[in-house]
Amino acid sequence: MRTVLGFVLLGALAVAGCSVPEQGPAGPPAMVIGAGQEPDNLNPILGYAPDGSSKVFDGLVDRDARLALTPRLAQRLPEASPDGLTWTATLRQGVKFSDGTPLSAQDVVFTYKSVLDPKVNSTIASRYDAVAEVTAPDDSTVVFKLKYAYSPFAQYLTLGIVPRKAFDGVDVNAAPFNTAPVGTGPYTVSQWRKGDRMVLKANDGHWDKAPAIKTVTFVYVTDDNARATRMASGEFDATVLPPRLARTYTGRAGYRLVQNPSADYRGLGLPSALPFTADPKVRLAINTGINRQAMIDTILAGAGKPAATPISPYLDEWYDPAATFDFDATAAGRLLDDAGWRIGPDGKRAKDGERARLPILYPAEDSLRKDLALAVGSDLAKLGIDAAVEATTFELILKRQKEAAAIWGGGDPYDPDSAAYTLLHSRYSGQPGYVNMTLYNNSQVDAALDTARKSLDPAVRKQSYRDFQKVFTGDPGWAFLVFLDHTYVMRDKWNGIESQVEPHDHGMVHAVWWNLEHWSPK
Amino acid sequence: MVEPRALVAEVTRLVLRRLAFAVPVLLVVSFGLFLLAKASPFDPVERYFGVRIIGADPERVAQIRENWGVDRPVVEQYTAWLGHAVTGDFGDSLSLQQPVSQVIGDRLGWSTLLLAVSFTLALLLGLALGTLAAWRQGGWLDRAITSGAYVLEAAPVFWLGLGALFVFAQQLQWLPGGGLTDADQALDLDQLVRHLVLPAGVLAISQAPWFALFVRQNLLEALTQDYVIGARARGLPDRTVVLGHALRTSLLPFLTLLGARLPELISGALLVETVFSWPGIAKATVDAALNVDFALLGALTLLATAAVLLGNLVADVLYALADPRVGFDG
Repeated sequence: MRTVLGFVLLGALAVAGCSVPEQGPAGPPAMVIGAGQEPDNLNPILGYAPDGSSKVFDGLVDRDARLALTPRLAQRLPEASPDGLTWTATLRQGVKFSDGTPLSAQDVVFTYKSVLDPKVNSTIASRYDAVAEVTAPDDSTVVFKLKYAYSPFAQYLTLGIVPRKAFDGVDVNAAPFNTAPVGTGPYTVSQWRKGDRMVLKANDGHWDKAPAIKTVTFVYVTDDNARATRMASGEFDATVLPPRLARTYTGRAGYRLVQNPSADYRGLGLPSALPFTADPKVRLAINTGINRQAMIDTILAGAGKPAATPISPYLDEWYDPAATFDFDATAAGRLLDDAGWRIGPDGKRAKDGERARLPILYPAEDSLRKDLALAVGSDLAKLGIDAAVEATTFELILKRQKEAAAIWGGGDPYDPDSAAYTLLHSRYSGQPGYVNMTLYNNSQVDAALDTARKSLDPAVRKQSYRDFQKVFTGDPGWAFLVFLDHTYVMRDKWNGIESQVEPHDHGMVHAVWWNLEHWSPK
Repeated sequence: MVEPRALVAEVTRLVLRRLAFAVPVLLVVSFGLFLLAKASPFDPVERYFGVRIIGADPERVAQIRENWGVDRPVVEQYTAWLGHAVTGDFGDSLSLQQPVSQVIGDRLGWSTLLLAVSFTLALLLGLALGTLAAWRQGGWLDRAITSGAYVLEAAPVFWLGLGALFVFAQQLQWLPGGGLTDADQALDLDQLVRHLVLPAGVLAISQAPWFALFVRQNLLEALTQDYVIGARARGLPDRTVVLGHALRTSLLPFLTLLGARLPELISGALLVETVFSWPGIAKATVDAALNVDFALLGALTLLATAAVLLGNLVADVLYALADPRVGFDG
């Protein structure tokens, strides 16, 4: 029997055709991370790690712990011409890709041109809509010409740069590079077994400095419970867990619980086209009548902050502390009365014989959004609004954008323009796709967003976003609910951990290990 | 008794007949898949963008839709895909940005290994326990085995997997909790075997109850047959009767049903691969379905259909060889 089993095993092994990779650790220190999300590919052109911290690549610029831009492959921060239409970056000298090829301005041009190429299926091309052309007057200078003044432009120069020769005569969309990349970054990919793990090795020839942690292994475990169990069995040095599972490590010796702020919002989009929510008073009532703090305390186990606009309270530079909604069900009821939606004998509100009805949709596979949708639904029911909660898909939510509210998520902490402009500017109202999904239309909001987008003067921009928050909270097109905190459990073995406000994505790239090339063992 | 040569001819005819039948089946199944994918509420381009679809420029999204040709009529998409597929070119996976052949090549082996080991284990367990239960019919052992089997039949594989993970990886720390190797270890036989124990064990245990109950049922029927009763009356030892006479006849229908059991096993593998981060094809299949990844889905569907057809064929051939009285395809 033993032999039969052995044969089966060997036979199957032969089928697997497994190549045995070279022996593991190149010596200590090494680290193992349990990640919840695996990247689809590692090609910056297609959309891998566009906001920096990519481990394998460097962008022209990067960000520090406070999210301030820092020069990376550029010698200094790229500068705009006075009219804001031309941006110039000068490259650092002596940078090499991990295969030894020197970095040239042509590589930068190739990277950005490929992103903009209509034949390349890039998921981040929209970020560069303002770009008219990218050129390299010499080997160390890159010039971006814009179609219109776009002051946040430098924020998007975090994109990793790829070596152009790796794509000679290859279709970018399915290039071998997508799984076995070459970059200038602090780590190189030594092995990626899709669905299982990725092993990164320190790039000791990095132009800045060689990382102290020589081997980093990302193990991909999609299931939260399985990840929690494997963390508990001592397999990982760090992992990401939902707040409730992470809480179980509170006060456990040798472990650290990390709670990082993010600009990752969940919000209820209110349809402007629905007669009931077309009235700004009703939208104000909904914002006043939902108990955000209760959602944070129960659903998020305390790991979150209330939201009123898409601008996170952690963005000190932009956030207006006055732009909030205080929970007050009585005031919300009065607003609804004023708007003519009065409570009938059955406890439900109606106006001219029309019921106050607002269906709430959420994507079925997302349990957090389900919990939030149910909480909103019960708060609205207390106000006498008939708010049925329905599970569906994004595609169908979009089809019903004129008659139903929905729980959306998104947001990033880098510049308010990316979180607010396409979401709330009336220019995008009625366009197909996921732009201004609620058909919101407020000319003062438009004006503030346009001024902030075009002006290069930080003081003007700051004031415009203050204006935007003031106007929006007076005429909310959404009921933004919460900004999530991301929670991690780590073994207390590392120095150099710094908190950085995180975007929506916190798989391999951002997250508590955003700067692990600067970590060292204790 | 059929002549050996005639038997070979019969088997060859059977195989050829089945192969001829397989071609239309594969065509119908793959076209059905394209129809289903077209009707799915998911949009491949939006799935490809993921969270970045929020705020993505509508023109850009439309451009990618055009690049992929997913806005074309389903018949056109299908014939284009088929035209390449018959030449062995399965195109590129939209969700993984890799050639489909590479996606499958990287992952299929690991799934095959997991399935083969689990299937063998489940078979042996089922045989042993089913035989024991039938032999001691009505006794405490029989009751324990049957009730245990019913409980396991009802337990979701996912739940079994998480339970095994908790007990063996976290509490006892006997076995690794997932993956192919430890994080810092190279792949070798020792690592592989240690990492295979939990996923293969869980999958085998989830499948074994069905086999055990089936064997028990058939064996009990066989034990009431005249020749078995006769053998017992002649004073042959119980073991010889059960293992020699009864089991041999009761195993025949078992063979036919093995092929039919394959889809169950494949869906079980899917959940086990998810819990134990086993880098097989199952998880890629789910992602392909959710992302409406036509190229990858098409290739995987052909594979799975072919596997089921082949499983049934092998079972029938074995059956025919084991019991020459059985007519072919009859």
